[in-house]
Amino acid sequence: MMALRAILLRDMRLAVRVGGGALIGVLFFLVVVTLIPLAVGPNLVLLKRIGPAILWLGALLASLLALDRLFAADHEDGSLDLILMGSAPLELTVAAKGLAHWITTGLPLVVAVPVLGLLLDLDPLAIGAVALTLLVGTPAITFIGLIGAAIAVVLRRGGLLLPVLVLPLTVPVLIFGVSAAEAVIVGPASFATPFTILCALTLASLVIGPAAAAATLRHGLD
Amino acid sequence: MRLVGRDIGCTRGGREVLAGVSFSVVAGEALAVTGRNGAGKTTLLRLIAGLLELAAGQLELTGGAADATLAEQVHYLGHRDGLKSALSVRENLEFWYAFLGGRDASAASGGPGGGILQTALEHVGLAALAALPAAYLSAGQRRRLAIARLLAAPRPVWLLDEPTAALDAASQKRLTELMRNHLAGGGIIVAATHGPLGLDRAAELRLGAA
Repeated sequence: MMALRAILLRDMRLAVRVGGGALIGVLFFLVVVTLIPLAVGPNLVLLKRIGPAILWLGALLASLLALDRLFAADHEDGSLDLILMGSAPLELTVAAKGLAHWITTGLPLVVAVPVLGLLLDLDPLAIGAVALTLLVGTPAITFIGLIGAAIAVVLRRGGLLLPVLVLPLTVPVLIFGVSAAEAVIVGPASFATPFTILCALTLASLVIGPAAAAATLRHGLD
Repeated sequence: MRLVGRDIGCTRGGREVLAGVSFSVVAGEALAVTGRNGAGKTTLLRLIAGLLELAAGQLELTGGAADATLAEQVHYLGHRDGLKSALSVRENLEFWYAFLGGRDASAASGGPGGGILQTALEHVGLAALAALPAAYLSAGQRRRLAIARLLAAPRPVWLLDEPTAALDAASQKRLTELMRNHLAGGGIIVAATHGPLGLDRAAELRLGAA
């Protein structure tokens, strides 16, 4: 338990120190969401219509930004070897790293949604819906991304490999996240159905992500 | 306690690096692994640490903790020091103490006499730099901080890969002293080295002798 707490605190501390990735994600999110109205034009009706989708896409891309460094940084300085030799189960250690990553990059995105929602002319109910779906959905993105981060470090290919591997896997999360948020804003469709499926996707990824990432690290390193 | 390897073989990238390597070290003894560059010294240490898979043979530690795997009873001091530049010297050590030792770091630093961490830092001569970010350490100081990890979270077997690399004469002497203490306490050391270890009871395992 102490070992997991130690790694959680270390990763969170590293993320907020100089060179950490905590603020990069939020800034990227802000830039993407600001650019889209400039490209689409000042059509408030249209922005309101596509607002949730823009916020979700922005959050999806932003949460993948710092992910490729998750294991690569530990691999480069030799920490990953020692982490593999720890007495805590590797799956749980990987999950603790994922949790630290989500707290420092995923959670700030959710917090930023109310501000960015105003830019897209979303009303408070819509902002609440998007924030809630992102709160439930971003852990799924991070934990699915763990698999990509582990493969990236094993294959010694950072950078763009990770989004290429991970984005297709996040499609279900995106679909159900956006449709739950849109159900509140436009549709007569029910909010509960896609939201429940989103919760299920997140719960499944919380289990599958760390297990797959740990297996990759265990068998792929040399 | 005894660390035994029988007929160990390892293949990397389609090339056979080690074949038919056998050794045996008992508690209180050191094994110096020597050989030319590329003979498989690091590979052997990483096999013992469980970081590589055995292609053939067996490795076992008898007489250790019953419920722990070999990797959990072993310290690996590799070429890379496992330090985070953004964290201070003390924070780096606190992390490894808590992660490898599985204990609460805050209790260790606040205890009587400055605690285990303070003692470990004093042993490697870094106590005065405890608050400095690791980014500002020299190569030798980074090495010494990595060595402090072995003292802070006790494990019976030390695997040292070129432990004296980057260390000055005084630090090498201090390391020899630490290794002696570890052996005197019933520990085992397996060290890959080119130079003499300065230990009295050190067997030698020559790799790649042809």
